[in-house]
Amino acid sequence: MVKKFFERFYVALILIFLYAPIAILIILSFNGSKSRAKWGGFTLKWYRELFKNESIMNALYTTLIIAVLSALIATIIGTAAAIAINSMKKTPRTIMIAITNIPMLNADIVTGISLMLLFVALRYTLGFSSVLISHITFNIPYVILSVLPKLKQLNPHTYEAALDLGASPAYAFFKVILPDIFPGVLTGFFLSFTMSLDDFVITHFTKGPEIHTLSTKIYTEVRKGIKPEIYALSTLMFITVLLLLIIINRKNAEKKAPVSRV
Amino acid sequence: MNTENVSNAKTQKLTSHKNGDGIVGIKSAKWLSLPYAVWMIGFIIIPLIVIVYYGLTTVDNRFTLDNISAISSPINLKALLMALEQSLISTIICLLLAYPLAMILSKSRMRSSSFIVMIIILPMWMNFLLRTIAWQNLLERSGIINTVLKFFGLPPMNIINTPKAIILGMVYNFLPFMVLPIYNVLIKIDKDIIDAARDLGANSVQTFLKIILPLSLPGVISGITMVFVPALTTFVISNILGGSKIVLIGNVIEQQFRMGNWHVGSGLSLVLMIFILISMAILSKYDKEGEGSGLW
Amino acid sequence: MKKIVRVSVLFLLMLLLAGCSKGDGEKVYVYNWGEYIDEETLELFEKETGIEVVYEEFEQNEDMYPKVQSGAVRYDVICPSDYMIQKMIENDLLAELNYDNIPNIKYIDPAYLKSAEEFDPGNKYSVPYCWGTLGILYNKTKVDEPIDSWGVLFDEKYAGEILMIESVRDGFAIALKYLGYDLNTTSEAELEEAKELLKKQYPLVQGYFVDQVRDKLIGGEAAIGVIYSGEAIYSQRENPDLEYVVPKEGSNVWIDGWVIPKNCRNKENAEAFINFMCRPDIALMNFEYITYSTPNKGAWELIQDEDIKNSPIAFPPQEVLDRCTAYRYLGEEVEQMYIEKWNEVKSE
Repeated sequence: MVKKFFERFYVALILIFLYAPIAILIILSFNGSKSRAKWGGFTLKWYRELFKNESIMNALYTTLIIAVLSALIATIIGTAAAIAINSMKKTPRTIMIAITNIPMLNADIVTGISLMLLFVALRYTLGFSSVLISHITFNIPYVILSVLPKLKQLNPHTYEAALDLGASPAYAFFKVILPDIFPGVLTGFFLSFTMSLDDFVITHFTKGPEIHTLSTKIYTEVRKGIKPEIYALSTLMFITVLLLLIIINRKNAEKKAPVSRV
Repeated sequence: MNTENVSNAKTQKLTSHKNGDGIVGIKSAKWLSLPYAVWMIGFIIIPLIVIVYYGLTTVDNRFTLDNISAISSPINLKALLMALEQSLISTIICLLLAYPLAMILSKSRMRSSSFIVMIIILPMWMNFLLRTIAWQNLLERSGIINTVLKFFGLPPMNIINTPKAIILGMVYNFLPFMVLPIYNVLIKIDKDIIDAARDLGANSVQTFLKIILPLSLPGVISGITMVFVPALTTFVISNILGGSKIVLIGNVIEQQFRMGNWHVGSGLSLVLMIFILISMAILSKYDKEGEGSGLW
Repeated sequence: MKKIVRVSVLFLLMLLLAGCSKGDGEKVYVYNWGEYIDEETLELFEKETGIEVVYEEFEQNEDMYPKVQSGAVRYDVICPSDYMIQKMIENDLLAELNYDNIPNIKYIDPAYLKSAEEFDPGNKYSVPYCWGTLGILYNKTKVDEPIDSWGVLFDEKYAGEILMIESVRDGFAIALKYLGYDLNTTSEAELEEAKELLKKQYPLVQGYFVDQVRDKLIGGEAAIGVIYSGEAIYSQRENPDLEYVVPKEGSNVWIDGWVIPKNCRNKENAEAFINFMCRPDIALMNFEYITYSTPNKGAWELIQDEDIKNSPIAFPPQEVLDRCTAYRYLGEEVEQMYIEKWNEVKSE
């Protein structure tokens, strides 16, 4: 009993540690004073101003479009690559996986710098597309590593059976393989989306002056004081994700209730 | 989003794939890797070659080792040692905090455990710069923690703009990356093995040391890399919580690039990469001794 | 599942379409200091001229220079400080201004044009935007002595209460002036001495900042900070306990000016932008927002608030200016020496 209490207490402490800063940010979004240091009474002002603030909305828009596009493209390239890797012989497969691991294991700063140097060497203007390319690059590995395990669980004979029964390879792929690996593909997509959304360092090095993502926008504001609208925006984003995850979790729990977890 | 999948994928990267040749019999599928192969060469391999090139040449394209040996200047060396020290300390703290947590979470085999894991990932959805700035608010001299301390008549805590604040920021930002891999390994340990050990007379300490710890080593290893590398190379956390007073190797490299010294910056990045590689090599050796790779 | 896919495809298409509808019209790329303009003036400019402003900020002159020089990004208008303008002229990075396109130059006080000739002979390359001094901002309730010397920044009494400035030239100017040397010194011995002084100061300093000094002093996070005069008026408005002083040992007086780099994308748009910024009502808006002293006579005459119009901070008396010196560009080698020594201070 005492042990149970200590365990609960410990988990609670860690959760407080993890969520204290988030609570602070949410509180700040309702702070009437512009300064972080003072409490100026409760207000919803920043939520109203947020939607009028063009530069923040632009940054949000850029962030989302880069996240969606890079996740989507990475998912397509990555899924195709995963299928190919899965059917490779041992040596090429090891090489492919090793290279796939590079962007995940390497430091963000090195990845960002190396891509920037490449773009500059090619006289490629830094801007939206250079950021997009960079995000796709660091997203593909997440897709591959989400899809590969699903491919391994796949029964190869169903695909062959479909072919034997006269299905074209493409038709067989979409009807037989894709449905089975789809959870992995979806995980890869969401993982990429999250990684893209949260990236700062790589974007910082590969972006041009025209565009700001939320991260780079926040970084420039760190020095001169964060605009309270940013707190409002991140509170909204946080709550959206929280609600989404709760809903998805509920649904999964209902659906999979009788099935034990793998 | 299935949180377990997410964390699995994140830990996957360190595992070697033991399975043999092509499992799925799509023999004609090799061409599917073509776009990725092109992409990899263009945006992973070539950029690395470019950074090596920059690191080994002068502004007028002549070969030099000066950019590499720039690391031996007192300023840069100090920044590197400082970064090594702080990232090691943070990694250890993360491990000490995360292991018990992962144990507790994995033992509570209730359905809500995936919910708990989700709760640990969730903070990552608040922009990490903002979360770090929030720590500034908490730690400042007239910040929230000090206000509370003062209220209870306790002495104030002045750790903002010191190495301690940076370690705290690192632990905070990277803790989930330590918890999740360990948790993922722990939940896969067969309960029967533990029961068997108990039946054979092992006490709980022995069970932990002889069974649980060795079996969880791969998760620990992958957690260590996932915390150590970003902590070693960060410049953002030290910037926000260090008040420009503490210069880590990441800050030096960022500054070199900001000031236009791309060659020196690349040279120092190469040094950093060597450190990352060394630490990974050491860890993967441990991994083998721990016979962990078979788990995946 | 299929629904999710369909919805996300639709969402994506919408995003793409929205992205395309943004036209590629006329643009001007502006690179300015952080918090150094009233963003409403940018909107007015866009409305009046139809030229879209792409706006980016830098924190130090030294950060801006390599970006422009490498051509990694091509800007149309930049706002460097005096010595940096001189360096850019010497390195042939700036385009000559066509004053036919900048008729509003007539509103700039000739006195400032004349001082600008020190770094830009003939005013060929730059139009003054703001000017000011470097000084100390302190909280009257946290110090119990009159403050008139850089010495307080090196006083152990104030350990942890000092905010230094994160700027190579400004940091050394303080130490050099306190030691009684020229802030444009090229003598390595003098610099070394200044460096040792700054090293000794390091443990006393709470942190090195630029734009954050203001907010931290307003919020009472520290007692003393090094700051540009323009921030002082704003700070006093927010926190009346704050006082600004230009130390008796002397300090730096600076002018920031608009310039057009040679590798700009569109010179006409750049000149239109500079001309717009010189218009008295616009210069006044900027002055009231950023509270940095304006060299624009037309704008000064429009200032309603007599206190501000005659503020000794925004428009200091001659005796203060007499003890202030402008920075000069000291050449690549000496500049490198400054940077290296500054890094040594910070790695203490």
